[in-house]
Amino acid sequence: MVFYVIRRILQAIPVLIGTTFLIYFLVFAMPGDPVAALFGDKQPNAELLKALREQYHLNEPFIVQYLYYLRDVVTGNFGTSFSGQSVNAVLADTIPVTARLALMAVIIEMIVGVAIGLVAGLRKGKLFDLSSLVVSLLFLSVPIFVIAFIGQFGLGFKLGLFPTTVGADASIPRLLLPAIVLAASLVAVNIRLTRGSVIETLGNDFVRTAFSKGLSRGRVIRVHVLRNSLIPVTTQLGADFGILLVGATVTEGIFNVPGVGQTLYQAIIRGERPTVVSFVTVMVLFYLVVNIVIDLVYAVLDPRIRYVK
Amino acid sequence: MIDQRTPLLEVKDLEVTFRTQRGEVRALNGVNFTIEHGETVAIVGESGSGKSTTAAAIINLLPGTGKISAGQVLFEGRDLAQASRTDLEDVRGKEIGFVPQDPMSNLNPVWSVGFQVEETIRANGVATSAREVKKKAVEVLKQAGLDDADKRMRQFPHQFSGGMRQRVLIGIGLSGDPKLLIADEPTSALDVTVQRRILDHLDTLTGDAGTAVLFITHDLGLAAERAEKLIVMYKGDIVEAGPSIEVLQNPLHPYTQRLIAAAPSLASRRIQASDKKLGELSHADQSLGDSVDLISAAEERAEHLASTPRESVIEIRDLTKVFKIRTGGFRSVDFTAVDKVSLEIPKGTTTALVGESGSGKSTVAKLLLGLEKATSGSISVKGRDITTLSGRELFGLRRTMQPVFQDPYGTLDPLVNIGNTIAEPLKIHKVGDRDSRRARVTELLEQVALPTALADRYPNELSGGQRQRVAVARALALKPEIIVLDEAVSALDVLVQAQILQLLAELQSELGLTYLFITHDLAVVRVIADNVAVMQKGRIVEQASTDEVFQSPQQQYTRDLLEAIPGAGIKLGV
Repeated sequence: MVFYVIRRILQAIPVLIGTTFLIYFLVFAMPGDPVAALFGDKQPNAELLKALREQYHLNEPFIVQYLYYLRDVVTGNFGTSFSGQSVNAVLADTIPVTARLALMAVIIEMIVGVAIGLVAGLRKGKLFDLSSLVVSLLFLSVPIFVIAFIGQFGLGFKLGLFPTTVGADASIPRLLLPAIVLAASLVAVNIRLTRGSVIETLGNDFVRTAFSKGLSRGRVIRVHVLRNSLIPVTTQLGADFGILLVGATVTEGIFNVPGVGQTLYQAIIRGERPTVVSFVTVMVLFYLVVNIVIDLVYAVLDPRIRYVK
Repeated sequence: MIDQRTPLLEVKDLEVTFRTQRGEVRALNGVNFTIEHGETVAIVGESGSGKSTTAAAIINLLPGTGKISAGQVLFEGRDLAQASRTDLEDVRGKEIGFVPQDPMSNLNPVWSVGFQVEETIRANGVATSAREVKKKAVEVLKQAGLDDADKRMRQFPHQFSGGMRQRVLIGIGLSGDPKLLIADEPTSALDVTVQRRILDHLDTLTGDAGTAVLFITHDLGLAAERAEKLIVMYKGDIVEAGPSIEVLQNPLHPYTQRLIAAAPSLASRRIQASDKKLGELSHADQSLGDSVDLISAAEERAEHLASTPRESVIEIRDLTKVFKIRTGGFRSVDFTAVDKVSLEIPKGTTTALVGESGSGKSTVAKLLLGLEKATSGSISVKGRDITTLSGRELFGLRRTMQPVFQDPYGTLDPLVNIGNTIAEPLKIHKVGDRDSRRARVTELLEQVALPTALADRYPNELSGGQRQRVAVARALALKPEIIVLDEAVSALDVLVQAQILQLLAELQSELGLTYLFITHDLAVVRVIADNVAVMQKGRIVEQASTDEVFQSPQQQYTRDLLEAIPGAGIKLGV
């Protein structure tokens, strides 16, 4: 098990280096002079520009700049934004909000998706199964901003069940509606996956053996069908987190959530290079950590993986 | 409460139908039989005969769309066919235990073995407190032959061997102290020696507890040896039933007669090509029936082989193969799979390589085919050492040496039609053009006795026996001199097995082929091989002509293997 964890962490290192390089290269290749952009319409003197370039290593070749950047990432110093705020402080403000939103969305997605998928799988070909297919296809084909607007208008404005926007106070009840919207965009895949996985597990010999042992139907489904079916669903969860982070940018915009997505969007628009690089780096790190955690959960669910040397 | 004179189980006019896209298909057409308290009954038949369906119908666990459409399953007078779900859950495990066929797929891979035994004990109310349940689980597993049960309880199924898993399943089947145990091909996936140990054990366990046993098997020898009563099934009907010895020695129904004739056992002799047999024997002999023909022809063949010295087409010298097995981290240990094996195969004969799984016999085949590199030693085919050949030379060698593997379902590409499958070796080796290849495919299909129209069909439309014929045809495509058959008939039913063995014998006499026949089944060896080499733990422990090995085995290991053949001592009548 220790070997398994160490190997997973070691495997994440080349991914981290590769993605950060790519991010840094893309930002480097953005048109425009970042130092000139600092001053907006004003014309600073050449002396000052030179001093600033040296301060930010902008006169050095690309690869050297990248190495400076790597050093800063490793030491946890993400620099300051154009507005003079420490990027670390901005991250500390926004990351918890987005993390809370993503986690809520994943929990809703898992509970609803697994429950519907399980029942659909057990009642393959019956009415429940078919209607769950229709509803999943509907949610799958509608873009997330449409779901967001419908949710905002219907549940928030018309029925008044939820606040229509989140604002500065990103508490759990206020985040519920955006979380439901995010979950709705992903739940369809989860339902189909769980359903397929349940049907496949039901066909296994050990399920019949479990029945032949005299176990009750409920116990066979809970113990022998559900747990085995969750293994592929868990793997999907890792990929879902990536989609959630992207989806969050749109959803956060619509519901005015002060999270990573909003801030990153603003930074891209304004061309704030340090902020963009830092945020994307942190998102990649977050994604990698989530996937390592999921691999560990996977190992807990499936002993065959746990004992692979 | 229960009158001892009512049978334990009475199956009356049982009909089972499966719903398919082409309408309802009936798998059982009114089956009747009874099992008394403590009695052992065996149902025999080939796959598709309905024997496993009968077993599943008794505990109402028919797969897929299967349904009991008529009849009764009276267990101590209660009709299980009409019982409610909760009533059935009470009967399963507690009253009727079940041991499934395949030890690899019948344990849930994500739960520990101990957990799976304990939940059975708890569900059947044998014990309730955690300590009692654990104690009973250890006891059950120890009884089933897992001596270190208390240590291995927390391990998972994939850490157990097939034989050990089968013991666990037997333990689970018996853990509710049932009155009837249904064992569906409980040992088909296991080696003969393991099979014998497990069946002996099962005998003792059920004998002591007075448990009735219903065996489902395709192995007549096993059925005759273990069961008092034999039921023969064919296409969803019981065609014959009665005391085991009587059925085997005086079979009345033609199907039973065919089944017995086809079963390779120690009493049989080597199969001869029928044309040769006809040519060499007088008309008077032929009228006496098959068995006489076979024996005299086999003797003639043995004499013929002894009198004419033959050159060896394959010579293996001190062949050794060492695998590195990773033990975690970066450490590894050496495992010697093949240990200084020397073997000569004379031209035009069949040499059988016999042993349990893990004895290294398949590794020898892979080394010979050039699919693995030998660690040391030499293999010469027609005088050339093949262990040092380059890729191109090895490619040339494959024209003279072709394999046929065990699983006729796994060795044919489901997306390639039969004609192209057979023609593929010709295409790879650039033999002939399109038309001549097509002609060769037709010729090959005729040679293996398949309709030539099959060329345009796909593997899933063929039966297991037909597929194995296709595999043989593919091996013959390049007109090789040597064919390596790795468990080529092990996955087939006895009747189909007999047909393929007959086909191989005919092809050998027609084309002068040399066979290396790898198998764990000594009964098959008896009918196909001229010479036998017995392997144990990577070494050849005994090597002689087939008659010598069977009549006077020199090694204890060989004697164990021979004794382990089910029904070895029973004389079969035809």
